[in-house]
Amino acid sequence: MDFTHQFVQQLINGVSLGSIYALIALGYTMIYGIIKLINFAHGDIYMVGAYIGFFAVTRAEMSIVPALLVSMVVTGLLGMLVERLAYKPLRHAPRISILITAIGVSFFLEYASMYFVTPTPRTFPNVIDNIAYNIGPFVVNGQQMMIMGITLILMVILTYIVQKTKLGKAMRAASFDVETAQLMGINADRVISYTFCIGSALAAAAGVLVGVYYNSIDPLMGIMPGLKAFVAAVLGGIGILPGAVTGGIILGVIEAMVSGFLSSTFRDAAAFGILILVLLFKPSGLLGKNRREKV
Amino acid sequence: MFFKKKAMRLASAVLGIAMLGSVFAGCGDEAASSDDIKVGANFELTGNQANYGTACMEGLKLAVKEANEAGGINGKKITIIEADTKSEAAESVNAATKLISDDKVVAIVGPAVTANVIAESDVATQNKVPIVAPAATNPNVTVKDGELKPFVFRSCFIDPQQGTVMAQFAARDLKAKTAVMYIDSSSDYSKSLGKVFKETFEANGGKVVMEEAFLAKDQDFKAALTKIKTANADVIFVPCYYEEAGKIVKQAREMGISCPLLGTDGWDDPKVADIAGADALNNTFFSTHYFDQDAEAQSFIETFKKEYGHAPNVFAALGYDCGKLLIDALKRASSLDGDAIRQAIEATKDLQVATAKITMDPSNHNPIKEAVIIENKDGKYELKAKIAPEK
Amino acid sequence: MNLLRKNDLIMLAFGIVLFAVLQGLISTKIIGSFWELNLIIIGINVIMSVSLNLINGYTGQFSLGHAGFMAVGAYVGVVLTTFFKLPFIVALAAGALAAGFLGFLIGLPTLRLRGDYLAIATLGLGEIIRIVIMNIDYVGGAAGFQGITHYTNFAWVFIIMLITLFVIKNFINSSHGRACIAIRENEIAAEAMGINTTKYKVMAFTMGAAFAGIAGGLFAHNFYIISPSSFTFLSSFNYLIMVVMGGMGSITGSIAGAFVVTFISAALANWPEFRMIIYALVLILLMFYRPQGLFGYMEITNMGIFRRILKRGRE
Repeated sequence: MDFTHQFVQQLINGVSLGSIYALIALGYTMIYGIIKLINFAHGDIYMVGAYIGFFAVTRAEMSIVPALLVSMVVTGLLGMLVERLAYKPLRHAPRISILITAIGVSFFLEYASMYFVTPTPRTFPNVIDNIAYNIGPFVVNGQQMMIMGITLILMVILTYIVQKTKLGKAMRAASFDVETAQLMGINADRVISYTFCIGSALAAAAGVLVGVYYNSIDPLMGIMPGLKAFVAAVLGGIGILPGAVTGGIILGVIEAMVSGFLSSTFRDAAAFGILILVLLFKPSGLLGKNRREKV
Repeated sequence: MFFKKKAMRLASAVLGIAMLGSVFAGCGDEAASSDDIKVGANFELTGNQANYGTACMEGLKLAVKEANEAGGINGKKITIIEADTKSEAAESVNAATKLISDDKVVAIVGPAVTANVIAESDVATQNKVPIVAPAATNPNVTVKDGELKPFVFRSCFIDPQQGTVMAQFAARDLKAKTAVMYIDSSSDYSKSLGKVFKETFEANGGKVVMEEAFLAKDQDFKAALTKIKTANADVIFVPCYYEEAGKIVKQAREMGISCPLLGTDGWDDPKVADIAGADALNNTFFSTHYFDQDAEAQSFIETFKKEYGHAPNVFAALGYDCGKLLIDALKRASSLDGDAIRQAIEATKDLQVATAKITMDPSNHNPIKEAVIIENKDGKYELKAKIAPEK
Repeated sequence: MNLLRKNDLIMLAFGIVLFAVLQGLISTKIIGSFWELNLIIIGINVIMSVSLNLINGYTGQFSLGHAGFMAVGAYVGVVLTTFFKLPFIVALAAGALAAGFLGFLIGLPTLRLRGDYLAIATLGLGEIIRIVIMNIDYVGGAAGFQGITHYTNFAWVFIIMLITLFVIKNFINSSHGRACIAIRENEIAAEAMGINTTKYKVMAFTMGAAFAGIAGGLFAHNFYIISPSSFTFLSSFNYLIMVVMGGMGSITGSIAGAFVVTFISAALANWPEFRMIIYALVLILLMFYRPQGLFGYMEITNMGIFRRILKRGRE
């Protein structure tokens, strides 16, 4: 395989990895857009989603699509519950204390799940035949295509919700300015609650897809992808939906390229390094608008 | 007035937390009558190595339960005091210190992961409390700067033995000329095996043509595997633990890598087959401590299944071995003094444990134990070879 | 003599008495080695949280990479004591210098970022430091640096902790410190007042990093082995938790935070499976009832109780 071939193959690897980051990053960025909270528990919501999908497939013997939907609904409700119980009482507290609460929620989800499902990794049953398609010298398999496909569908639905529905309008208004939105008659609490629901559902979808694709889930699986998705969101410009997707895909491709052409051990360092460089030249991310701070 | 009120509230908050803490601290001294023999179990119970630590703990608990049901040690029961390394070397020292100074244990079993054992070994040596490590295969566990650590033992074989076995197997049995090594660069275990494999493989006329690395807990290995595929080697050596092993085998086959994959004892877990699938696992080989269809291992596997409802993995078996070794030594020890227990462990001879019959080598505190090579064939283990340690 | 000085002296005296009592209890073995170790960890955590508070609480710059600077101090320290056989104090100082210098280098460009962008940049830098260390075989790589001589003891930690507290407290009360607080309150206003914001932000960041380096040196020489896994972003979170729990902008608070977090962790050592769950719940509940942290902006020397004791003493 010559250089171009390997490059294209790494691009395929990177985009399929990046679409998972993108799904998680969307939730991060939506939540950040509205209440300016870095929801560190988001990666663990993704983990819970994976487990719910796992139990739906193994215990309730569902096929993959219903399992995905069940997981999205249940995890979406969990996201609302977390918001209601842990973040809402702190709406007017300093932002840092909500952040610490988010870390607390993250620890709680990780170790409560570890207690209930044990730290041993679970293996997802093979729900989709994984056929490898050889397109010329390149390998793409069915699951990779499924991940990219489902990510695309979910993003279209999300864009529709945000751009065309009343709820979406309210979300955009609230992310612009919560107080003014409230004065205009928008029930901010409800909008925030729905935002958590949608964001968590997307994370759950990512969790189930990862479970199917990599075949293995464990209670601490959310830590690194959560962090990476946060990086992706910031890279694209936090609070901006297309930014999260762009950031996720770019991050996935960077990781694949660094592992492929340099060394896997520097993969994460390179990802962070590029993030920092981007921030230094464009402090609000790739798609972010540079806002001058006013007095 | 303002300050006073605030200070009061503050004081009560601090007091509340302190009380909460002391309530928990208070009920720590439960159970364990003074007659019991206290054995510390310092394992990775939380953090990202928790699946290995908890499996060892299960094995150890079963060994202790069996011993207690069979009358204990000269009529005294053994109590296990659990401690948590939090999957971190520094915390392992902290936990071992607690076991030794607060709980006054007579010996410590664990931790599972090499670095955490090395970390606690100085504390144990200073306090003359013997430790037995169930699964730490790095040679540096029992020696430091060429000198034997008097109170540190292990109940499993060491990396050089295992790395040599696999390298010879690759060169002689598989007739491999070129190899790629795919190493977990966050793990001492993986790195030291890679080093031994490379030396032996090249001494046997082969050549390691590419070295790649990954990090424990990685999900996606395709990027590096794409690169490895270009090397077109005869074999790929992947010394790592089972979670990564399963994913690597699965993704390597998906990328169209069809050459034999070689692994080590970290692969010995049913999960590898679950993750990778039986088809992908064909044409893979690994070295481990025992063959699960051996007659001697059956009673252990049966009892374990009955106790926990699932089959033991290699960590559980090694934890059980370690418990057996220590219990046997406690029975023979002249007293429960650190030195007496140490001497008893050193004198271990032909002890039947779950994975083998072991004899302790007093010169390096490693058991003399054979290694086995297993082939994965259609989802089943098949014994390829039993290799006695070189002496 | 003004009140400030007097408070200093009283606190110093209190520190010495506390030290004498604890040291006495340790040498008479009333405090066993487990709790002695925990006292040492508390001391190290106090240095970490107070120095992080200088950056996060007093200067208002959201840093999430503190464990990275600790790692630099730790590794520089152990290399000097182990390979070059230099005395402990020299190693500590060199670790502080190295971490401070790195803090300066990193701070200069990144401190232009604001809020959450700075947070993720510093988190990334902390991780980069860790990954780089992990790939240097000279210091043991991922397996960790082994064979470290045990130098750290309670006396070392306590004395260095007192010095740290004294230096940082005086920095905050100096004109530099007031400039930092002004930046926290409103950066634009501070700039308009003629404060060179970059200079003070970098100054606070460098100082915080240097003290983290000292803490790293103490940490490394206490555990026989250090490995990069002790310095992940999760441990940076841990120090942040101590700062916020105690109160951003209160030194007393940081001490309390370090104490409470370490104490909870040690007291729950017997229930490994519940430890983290209970810790998480304590964290969430504490933020509900005291979102500004245990002490908020208050110092013990400003509190009613303390003042009254002072007054009574004067009568």
